[in-house]
Amino acid sequence: METDIQIVKDLTPRRFGRYGKAWVVFLSVIILASLLAYIQQLNKGLVVTEMRDYALWGVYISNFVFFVAISLVGSLITAILRLSGASWSTPLTRISEIIAVAAIFIAGLTIIIDMGRPERLWYLFIYGRLQSPIIWDVIVISTYLVISLLLLYFPLLPDFAILKMKYGKNSKQGVWYRRFSLNWKGTPKQKELYTRSIKILSVLIIPVAFGIHTVTAWLFATTYRPGWDSTNFGPYFIAGAFVAGAGAVVTIMFILRKVYHLEAYISDMHFDKMGKLLVLLCLLYLYFNINEYLVPAYKNTIGEAVHLEELFTGEYASLFWLVILGGLIVPIFVLLFPQGRKPVPVFLMGILVVVGAWWKRYLIVTPTLLHPFVPIQGVPESWHHYYPSGLEWTITFGTLAMALLIITLLVRYLPVIPIQETLEEKRVSETINQELK
Amino acid sequence: MKEEKKNPRREFIDKGLKIGLLGAVASGALKAFNSCGRPETAGEENIDLLATDGTMIQVPLSEVEEEVSLKGEDYNVREGYSDRKFVMVVDLARCKNARKCMSACNKSHFITGDNAWLKVYKMQDSQDSAPYWQPTLCMHCDKPPCVKVCPVDATFKRRDGIVLIDNERCIGCRFCMAACPYSTRVFNWEEPAQGETTEINLHLEHLEYSPDYTGLPSLKGTVDKCDFCPHMIDRKELPHCVTACPNGVFFFGDAYEDSVTNGDETFRLSTLLEEKAGYRMMEDLGTEPSVYYLPPSNRLVDFEEGLENYDEFKSVHKAEE
Repeated sequence: METDIQIVKDLTPRRFGRYGKAWVVFLSVIILASLLAYIQQLNKGLVVTEMRDYALWGVYISNFVFFVAISLVGSLITAILRLSGASWSTPLTRISEIIAVAAIFIAGLTIIIDMGRPERLWYLFIYGRLQSPIIWDVIVISTYLVISLLLLYFPLLPDFAILKMKYGKNSKQGVWYRRFSLNWKGTPKQKELYTRSIKILSVLIIPVAFGIHTVTAWLFATTYRPGWDSTNFGPYFIAGAFVAGAGAVVTIMFILRKVYHLEAYISDMHFDKMGKLLVLLCLLYLYFNINEYLVPAYKNTIGEAVHLEELFTGEYASLFWLVILGGLIVPIFVLLFPQGRKPVPVFLMGILVVVGAWWKRYLIVTPTLLHPFVPIQGVPESWHHYYPSGLEWTITFGTLAMALLIITLLVRYLPVIPIQETLEEKRVSETINQELK
Repeated sequence: MKEEKKNPRREFIDKGLKIGLLGAVASGALKAFNSCGRPETAGEENIDLLATDGTMIQVPLSEVEEEVSLKGEDYNVREGYSDRKFVMVVDLARCKNARKCMSACNKSHFITGDNAWLKVYKMQDSQDSAPYWQPTLCMHCDKPPCVKVCPVDATFKRRDGIVLIDNERCIGCRFCMAACPYSTRVFNWEEPAQGETTEINLHLEHLEYSPDYTGLPSLKGTVDKCDFCPHMIDRKELPHCVTACPNGVFFFGDAYEDSVTNGDETFRLSTLLEEKAGYRMMEDLGTEPSVYYLPPSNRLVDFEEGLENYDEFKSVHKAEE
């Protein structure tokens, strides 16, 4: 029983230390700066960005696609791995669900930042027309947010009950954990409901997760523009999203393990397994990339040729090859080897993959817009190019900081490793050991 | 129009065409004509009119009622004029990049941004083919991709063929701009500086915002584009670009009446398209534009003449400049 107490002690959310507090202040400062920038954008209009009539979408949209992509990891780890019986992923479910909730929430926020008339947001609900892919996105993203929140919350019920006991019902924290534990006592009836509802949610979230990113891909693929006009776009985006999400999970699980000394719970085995999963996803994404670029390049119709030339050898070539090599090829090579799947290299590859994923979305959104069917004429020279303004960067970093702040605060108050499930698994393995004796 | 007998042809154009083209006469005047049962009245002034079957008829001027406004009682800005199908034909053989269409459009719609709604493009399809000037405006597609993607029904297609934007509905997502293959949509990235134009203030005094007069006023954070000038149609006049063009490049009309005019000449739409091998831009996309082009063959003027007006980086000349 002593180890049970130890487990609860290890996994109880901890107050911020000196670094934790500094981190929160750091994020808050960025968020504050981005809020000031956004107020300026509201006053002056989107003219404060570098977007214009040709580069009509920019970093806000690619950042939005990035967050939607990251959020898919919730369904990958909690649902797909759970349903396929990969029990090693249990300690990672909470982390991935926290990332998913933060990312999908910020995705919704980011899209509002891009609107010319954000105060008319509610028009989407009163005048919404089902034939617009934007309405599909509104529907699936809000559904995904709700299911993700439930999938984060339900497995927390027993943990909240444990924390309530630990802090004492009447202590300040205990009161809150008691309220959120919804009177969880672990009765057989409660357990049955609990197991069944999590199973239903795990099944439900998979099509919705595919939905959010397929529809996001369709925002582009439903237009005629070369570079977007592709039937490959849905699966291409999904594969890329799993890569980005898995990258985010290995990055954050490495940091949490380090900060909270969770080596006993997140072991090298987890990095090895996640490394294998990440390399598999990278290979899948590479396959879709080859489809996406090679087939149009072979046909070389004028529109596609101009677009691909810009990516392969033109203005965006260095960025393009950096993303392909750094965000995909290098991680594949490193993660293929067992030494590459030790925690530190997996962490580094995770960072590479996430940064690569962010720029990849930039490369999907921007270059296409600068090669319209009708040549760009009669507008200032600067309209032929796009690179985000300082203000756009400030706002974009603000959204990244906000996502990280949500993750940080959730980590502060929620056990990052499911306590109840860890205890149960220990008990199961103990009984097995006893039987073996 | 007050001048007596200045030029019979002109008279025809001024009265007959304006009305005839827009159909009010074709039905309205003929009704009058039939009811009185006299093809001609001696001593009375007659007016030549184009009947629906393409023949010219003479009607006493007194029998012709000029309607003040085309808008009927039941006019709905989202439905448009009933029984009309507005089309345009742009004769590339005549265009020499005079750019009068652009300045007239910019002026009449109080355009203050950096991107005009109507632009004359310098085009060359391939290295060895001849360059030409191509006025490009909203194609008012019958299957408009912009309308398809609009999430809030801000941009809409009317029965009379016109595609409009309700700037009081538009949320500024710019999906319509991404969807339009013709790049004819323009965004108000900042507060339009229209307030400085006294003319718009005069208009705004007695007019409320309506989607059928785009640019009056333009609204920050929303999309604008060519509206086919319903406010001119309503006064039975031709769109600004048509009347401003010194070379008669633009022909405007009603496909149901099968006639188009540039103010000086009138053609049957079907004959014109057949004889001059008319085509529409990017037909293969299936957008079915309402704007037709006549190929730049047998050109009236040298392409080079237009070069002196060409400015690659400018389409709107601002007042203060």
